[in-house]
Amino acid sequence: MTLTVTDLTCDRGGLALLAGVSFTLERGTALILRGPNGSGKTTLLRTLAGLQPAVEGTIEADPDSIAYAGHADGIKATLSVAENLAFWAAIYGQSDIDTAIETFDLKDLRDRPAQNLSAGQKRRLGLARLAVTGRPIWMLDEPTVSLDAESTRRFASALQAHLADGGSALIATHIDLGFDAEVLDVSRLRAAPDAASGAFDEAFT
Amino acid sequence: MTALLLRDLRLAFRSGGGFGLALAFFLIVTILVPFGVGPDTSTLRIIAPGILWVGALLACLLSLDRIFAIDREDGSLDLLATAPIPLEGVVAVKALAHWLTTGLPLTLAAPLFGVLLNLAPPGYVWLTLGLALGTPALSMIGTFGAALTVGLKRGGLLLSLLVLPLYVPTLIFGAEVAQRGTSNLDPTTPLALMAGITAGATALLPFAAAAALRVNLR
Amino acid sequence: MSFWEFANPRRFMGIADRIVPWAFALAALCLVTGLTWGFFFTPDDFRQGSTVKIIYLHVPSAMMAINAWAMMLITSLVWLVRRHHVSALAAKAAAPVGMTFTVIALATGAIWGQPMWGTWWAWDPRLTSFLILFLFYLGYIALWSAIEDPDTAADLTAVLCLVGSVFAVLSRYALLFWNQGLHQGATLSLDKEENISDVFYFPLLVCIAGFVLLFIALVFYRTATEIRLRRLHAISLRERMA
Repeated sequence: MTLTVTDLTCDRGGLALLAGVSFTLERGTALILRGPNGSGKTTLLRTLAGLQPAVEGTIEADPDSIAYAGHADGIKATLSVAENLAFWAAIYGQSDIDTAIETFDLKDLRDRPAQNLSAGQKRRLGLARLAVTGRPIWMLDEPTVSLDAESTRRFASALQAHLADGGSALIATHIDLGFDAEVLDVSRLRAAPDAASGAFDEAFT
Repeated sequence: MTALLLRDLRLAFRSGGGFGLALAFFLIVTILVPFGVGPDTSTLRIIAPGILWVGALLACLLSLDRIFAIDREDGSLDLLATAPIPLEGVVAVKALAHWLTTGLPLTLAAPLFGVLLNLAPPGYVWLTLGLALGTPALSMIGTFGAALTVGLKRGGLLLSLLVLPLYVPTLIFGAEVAQRGTSNLDPTTPLALMAGITAGATALLPFAAAAALRVNLR
Repeated sequence: MSFWEFANPRRFMGIADRIVPWAFALAALCLVTGLTWGFFFTPDDFRQGSTVKIIYLHVPSAMMAINAWAMMLITSLVWLVRRHHVSALAAKAAAPVGMTFTVIALATGAIWGQPMWGTWWAWDPRLTSFLILFLFYLGYIALWSAIEDPDTAADLTAVLCLVGSVFAVLSRYALLFWNQGLHQGATLSLDKEENISDVFYFPLLVCIAGFVLLFIALVFYRTATEIRLRRLHAISLRERMA
């Protein structure tokens, strides 16, 4: 269940944004992506999750091992917390949602419609969604947005439990999660402005 | 996939408005027509099959832009695209859910509205049968249109412009079935042709729609 | 040398620069010759009188309206399969030209229909299918202009063109089913018996050649413009990045 990325180039809006991205994510480890806004953290995560094609380079991983969580949580306002989780569990062929509800402290909110949750509670539900997928490699885009200190600690410990379980995680975040992880600074990987890009290159040759 | 269908149906029932809106629109169109053409029952009888088909088609159009737009806004679409079910399956299920919440109610309501327009008695069976076989094609084609325009901020109007020409063959055959039914002619040929369009659309359009969705997501 | 080398934008621009002036000149020559010949040096038809002469505009534009869509279908397929940008841009460039031909065919048809059938418009299958073709062009162009990212737009319009073509053919047969129509049969067909007499036939051929050349000239010219626009767009994007 390792994820190996070799010499990856990703583009945004038809222009190469990141180039030469290479790393290996082993079982039980986490990799933190850092970099200022607009440096390409989201683009890299979306490319790795298979939402957009890579311009160059290879991504080696079992496609059925990645669970992606973007800025939006994919929560339906009119469904209850349990219904939201049960739906995503079913999509991933899982049935256990109680563990995730326990881990992210959602037991009291279990039957409340998601529209009545606060932003932080919604975020916790979104992270619990990752846990019900049963997939080993988590890809998280700014997971701690709108979480309070207590919830952030809870998330960090859930993440550590996941790693201890043999899972791994790729996290784009600004804050310190309080455990050891490798850091990849995305801003150093910025593609040169005249680098070969997928879309426009052909118009110039 | 069953989970997705159940979720979409549940959402349609809970959000209330979306579900009954198409039916209410259909009713209003049916009521407005006599105001436009006059209350003469013999005129209404002649145009009834066509009006009911056009009304059902327009009512079907109303809810199309919601098929993918809401899922895109709340991030569900990204997550569905990375989930272990094929995107073609997602599209097909979405179209099925759309049909169950609009096409089917419209089909069931059409005979009732036919009474308002003084539809000729033999037409009821054929109108209902025609709508039952034709509205799945309308939902499927509409889902394709929704997939094309999901990335646009105000795609609703463009969606109608793209989808309406694609509705022409279904409308022609569907209205012909009802028309022939009311005048006691044999409607099986247009019915078979329309069923063919529905079958072809259901078999092939999920692939085109999934391709469009992938382009819009990247 | 392979045919696909023409898909290289720089090569294409070179060819376009050489072809376009000649194509415009030849198109003008053919159209002036064909239309003068047709309007002034052919006899009136024994049934239709002088109204028949609108055929020299009506038939070629109607042919090109359909051929332009066929060309867009082929170039869209090439884009989807081989990802040549020139191909996608050629489809984009051809759409307004094809739509204009459709409008000309509809307008000349209405002008011809008034004295012949006593009405400007009839819901005849041929007329109606051109009206629907016009709607397809409208939707295609609207989709191109609605999407900002050029590659996304190229992909989505190509898919629309493919699906639209299938439904356009379906509509054509549905319309034949719907109404038998007033329109006369095909003016030109491989079955020689059906054709019009040679007096009208040859000037018509010259006019058709003129319309084809005009189409080629316009499409090459517009595609070259699209490529230049695309380069400008890329340069400005790069500058914003740097």
